[in-house]
Amino acid sequence: MVLMVLLRRFNAVILLIASLALVACAGDGGGVQSQKMATIKARGSLLCGTDGKLPGFGYVDSDGRYAGLDVDTCRAVAAAMLGDGEKVQFRDLNPSERFAALSSGEVDLLARNTTMTLSRDAPGGNGLSFAPTTFYDGQGVMAPSASGIRELKDLAGKPVCVPSGTTSELNLADRMREEGIAYTPLKFQTLDQMWTAYFSGRCAAVSTDRSQMAAYRSILPQPALHSLLPVVMSKEPLTPSTINADPAWADAVRWIVYGLMQAEELGITQANLEAKLAEAKANPNQAELRRFLGVEGEYGRQLGLPADFVVQAIRAVGNYGEIFERNLGRDSKLKLDRGMNRLWTQGGLIYSPPFR
Amino acid sequence: MSSGVTPWWRNRRLIPWLLQAVVGLVVLVLVAFLLGNLVRNLTNAGLLLTWSWLGNPSGFEISETVIPFDASMPYWRALMAGLMNTLRVVLFGLFGATLLGVAVGTASFSSNGLLRLLSRIYVELIRNIPLLLQLVFWYFVVFLSLPNGAAALQMPGVVLAKSGLYLSWFDSALQWQLPLLENGVWQAPLRISVEFAALLSGLVIYSGAFIAEVVRGGIASVPKGQWEAATSLGFSPLLTLRRIVLPQALRVIVPGLNSQYISLAKSSSLAVACGFTDLYSVAETTLNQTGRAIEVMLILLGSYLVIDLVISALMNGLSGLVQLRER
Repeated sequence: MVLMVLLRRFNAVILLIASLALVACAGDGGGVQSQKMATIKARGSLLCGTDGKLPGFGYVDSDGRYAGLDVDTCRAVAAAMLGDGEKVQFRDLNPSERFAALSSGEVDLLARNTTMTLSRDAPGGNGLSFAPTTFYDGQGVMAPSASGIRELKDLAGKPVCVPSGTTSELNLADRMREEGIAYTPLKFQTLDQMWTAYFSGRCAAVSTDRSQMAAYRSILPQPALHSLLPVVMSKEPLTPSTINADPAWADAVRWIVYGLMQAEELGITQANLEAKLAEAKANPNQAELRRFLGVEGEYGRQLGLPADFVVQAIRAVGNYGEIFERNLGRDSKLKLDRGMNRLWTQGGLIYSPPFR
Repeated sequence: MSSGVTPWWRNRRLIPWLLQAVVGLVVLVLVAFLLGNLVRNLTNAGLLLTWSWLGNPSGFEISETVIPFDASMPYWRALMAGLMNTLRVVLFGLFGATLLGVAVGTASFSSNGLLRLLSRIYVELIRNIPLLLQLVFWYFVVFLSLPNGAAALQMPGVVLAKSGLYLSWFDSALQWQLPLLENGVWQAPLRISVEFAALLSGLVIYSGAFIAEVVRGGIASVPKGQWEAATSLGFSPLLTLRRIVLPQALRVIVPGLNSQYISLAKSSSLAVACGFTDLYSVAETTLNQTGRAIEVMLILLGSYLVIDLVISALMNGLSGLVQLRER
């Protein structure tokens, strides 16, 4: 009993210190109380969970540097919060580890081509808080061009490789059950294992996100030997996430990501950022631009971020369009079309609510 | 002996009991504190243990099962199917590894020098390479490079193809049925997936090396005089081994085998490296779909614990049977 009392007192002391620290931080956070943001600021770096092996989204490039759409999301958040896009520690996570890593605090932010779903969002499910979707994808099927597999029916009785513990596994099972096609799923814990099994011919086809299949096909010596089936069997909005328990932190991440999209809409790029900033500072009539870039207004303070958080993020990684083209689009090996991932003004789904 | 009652603090019966009780109490308080802390923190994090999800439809398929399973069945059934797959590979693995280990272990006492050398090479090569690497080797290098269709390796009654191993067996009409090639696809009464075959090969060959060493140690523990006595009575070497040496060696071998068997059962969870859907693989998918990490981990821990305790209990029973009984 004595032990319990002592420990309870010890807990009380810790709580007191923590609350003092919170009060101290509240000074520059404009009343925003976020334990996560206080921790990140104290640590001086952002812990970001990425795939680490997926070209275009999160992987280590030939220079030994992390690159990809998800990686740039992490850098944007680090830059907005800490003023430096390099203040990120990346953690490679496999699909099975990712949610446990986030909920246990091993990472602050999960940007690891993760599909937003109800059960992952709900407090009674995984309890995540999703930021805006950074890539709209759909699940497809890829098969060797010479195999004669053209539609799902051709997969009857055949083995199909799927990544274990992903929405791909469930979507395929649902769709095949709906259409009454019996098949054999072969599950692999890592994508490397799955792709090795597929390329060695163990599976008649492979089924996962279409962008991912295009990415893997792009690094093959002869990409034309494999073809994507026209079937799109699911919606896969790939979305960064944080824990539900810290809404202020989730809001900060949400609006940093929206900032990247809004910047593209306003035509602010990494190249013309300084010119735009100077223009905003010089011209008091440019009210929208001035507020967006933090020259005036309180957007940053309301979120518990520096006033110029959007400027810092764009300076580090550029606007959404630049991030897309560099990692997945015309400036990358993948050469993906922007498709649904165009701005809403160009008929796409990328849409930022007003900065107001 | 002085008069009066012995004070309690000098009571030689009471003191050990009292000490035990105090230690027991401290341990109990510590456990209670840790458990209480766990429950409190889990409640705060909204992660309190619940089990109702076990009855929800799983929604995923399992490629090969011993018991019937499809995606409309609940999670507990999926976990059960995974457990059955684990038990299947463990049982076959124990059987194969024991046969191989005993053969190689006795071969190291052979009068044939080449056989002795081969058994040493096998043991030293296999036991010094991590099991995970061996499994990856068996699956991706050996089994996945098998040809398919008409080009498959054909032996009398057995066909080795990338799509699986096809064995002859009695068909439904009790006719002996050989593997047949129909429209480029092999058909046979018995089909073993390459994932299962790779896992089993890896486990048998890896554990076989350790069991061979246990067997070798057991045989070496039998005094040389036993061999000589049997030989002078006209026993052949094989008969000496079977009737004189092995029964005595078993006393040393069985406890050593116990830990090898337990380690094989635990190692079967590496199935995930070669695409075989065992208990661990199903649990991982379940964890991902439900988000119930702690519950799934508890089920996983409990299952492997029970499997290993059962193996251990059986082996201890066996050990009691082969011990020297003095009359």
